[in-house]
Amino acid sequence: MNGLQTARLGLARGGIELRQTFTYGPDLVAYLFFPVIDLGVLFLMRGHQVPGTSFSLGSLTLPSVIGLGLAFGGLVGVTAQLCSEREDGTLLRAKATPGGMTGYVIGKICYISAGALAGLVGTLVIGLIAFAGLQLTLGGVATLAWVSVLGLLATIPLGIVAGSLLPNPRFMPLVMLPFGAIAAVSGIFYPITHLPDWLQVVGQVFPVYWVGLGARAALLPSSLASVEIDGSWRLPLAFLVLALWSLLGLALAPTVLRRMARHESGSRVAARRERAMLRAT
Amino acid sequence: MRYGPLDVLNGIDFEIRTGEVVALLGPNGAGKTTTIEILEGFRTRSAGQVTVLGLDPARGGEQWRARLGVVLQSWRDHHKWRVRELLQHLGRYYARYATPEFPRPWQADELIDLVGLSAQADKRISNLSGGQRRRLDVAIGIVGRPELLFLDEPTAGFDPVARREFHELVHRLTDIERATVLLTTHDLAEAEKLADRVLVLAGGQIIADGSPDDLALRLSAQAEVRWTVDGQRYVHPTDEATAFTRKLFTQYGEAVEDLEVRRANLEDTYLTLVEEHEQ
Repeated sequence: MNGLQTARLGLARGGIELRQTFTYGPDLVAYLFFPVIDLGVLFLMRGHQVPGTSFSLGSLTLPSVIGLGLAFGGLVGVTAQLCSEREDGTLLRAKATPGGMTGYVIGKICYISAGALAGLVGTLVIGLIAFAGLQLTLGGVATLAWVSVLGLLATIPLGIVAGSLLPNPRFMPLVMLPFGAIAAVSGIFYPITHLPDWLQVVGQVFPVYWVGLGARAALLPSSLASVEIDGSWRLPLAFLVLALWSLLGLALAPTVLRRMARHESGSRVAARRERAMLRAT
Repeated sequence: MRYGPLDVLNGIDFEIRTGEVVALLGPNGAGKTTTIEILEGFRTRSAGQVTVLGLDPARGGEQWRARLGVVLQSWRDHHKWRVRELLQHLGRYYARYATPEFPRPWQADELIDLVGLSAQADKRISNLSGGQRRRLDVAIGIVGRPELLFLDEPTAGFDPVARREFHELVHRLTDIERATVLLTTHDLAEAEKLADRVLVLAGGQIIADGSPDDLALRLSAQAEVRWTVDGQRYVHPTDEATAFTRKLFTQYGEAVEDLEVRRANLEDTYLTLVEEHEQ
């Protein structure tokens, strides 16, 4: 019963934060920045064809970008939020409230998931209208649904772990740079099959490749599976890899988060404030 | 309590009774914040026994947490939220812990009125002034109608007007709510004004415990007599203020003007105490 009430409070919190993002200029700009640039670039790529086919390169890349956006929101989004809200004392306030930490985490998961899914739907709608060759069948919707849910499940807990471990937001490059490197070898903007073998292996270890692959499987004609590794969408394997990352994240996140939260206190936040102020002046 | 090999608190022992307002004083590094954070359950102690509202803070659950109020110093947390929105949201966490004696939470508008933020209720928190933010901090600290309230240096950085307003707010709280309050401060006038009892912490130990008046009396019988005769101002410290003043009247009669007898205040007492401790 109590758990249900707290879950409801978390949901309310996520809703409030989502509304704030969509009604606050700077947040909205930050939220739309990458999707708009990506879509713009893809739009310019429409005229080019996937080598060996007559399919538009822009249309091929769009589903991958949807997958990338999901993984980026889940991992980098959560890390950045957790990190900065720990520094500014939001977390300590949650800790001082009965059930507040649970509510905070549920709220954050809802906020990030809803934000990522809204981005997905937005990009998808634009893609279906403006990019030739994309198709959305009932089966595709189902694939996209499970890939999205599992993609968020695989990345959000990892984001919670990273956000708990980073000392402050100035350390964000420690997450951004590896994420960028992983994205580069995940077949998002550049086909993974054109990379050296060992880089293909590296790319396939991480969730980004599989979320992108799943999105392509959902939105592209089945004939295009031919340009993938093994000439197949390999959905069972995508499910397995994403599920393993989810399990790993879910196993680590609560412990790491609790350990971090246990050490939060007024004097810690005050010390961080002082340090950040020194940097600012 | 220990940091590395250094004991920050050593053998401190005190009790705060229901409804008391207690000020914890002491020089920087005396262990005030450490003490208060152990009591809040935000910090684990290395040794000793602590009971807050009947439970060990290290093991206090959510139900225990609901009976506490902690006034934290905000910085820029929740800056996108609006005042009423945040108080309403945070208040909802306390609803299930309501009792007939402590109806929880405070109604957001009532609380906003109490801390004097009615005109700012729909403002974004980032648009509040420093003083308004502090009042919001207090409102957040008490939104669950706490039975015990912690205030760690609540008026640090306040201008005199904001400080006066804050003192009035605390008086209102302790009068209306009969909440128990533990506060730390560097402002001795503030402690004298707000606290029923003062604890002085120095070098990780309690070196004095009593009401501000008690402490002043215990430590120093000396008073300062000031007067004017024929436009000339005099100041004289004495151990026997009554006898001295009487002599003054015998000698000058009605010519004594602007007579003032000033007992040692908490600041004098405090400085004496800390100085003695350091020697």
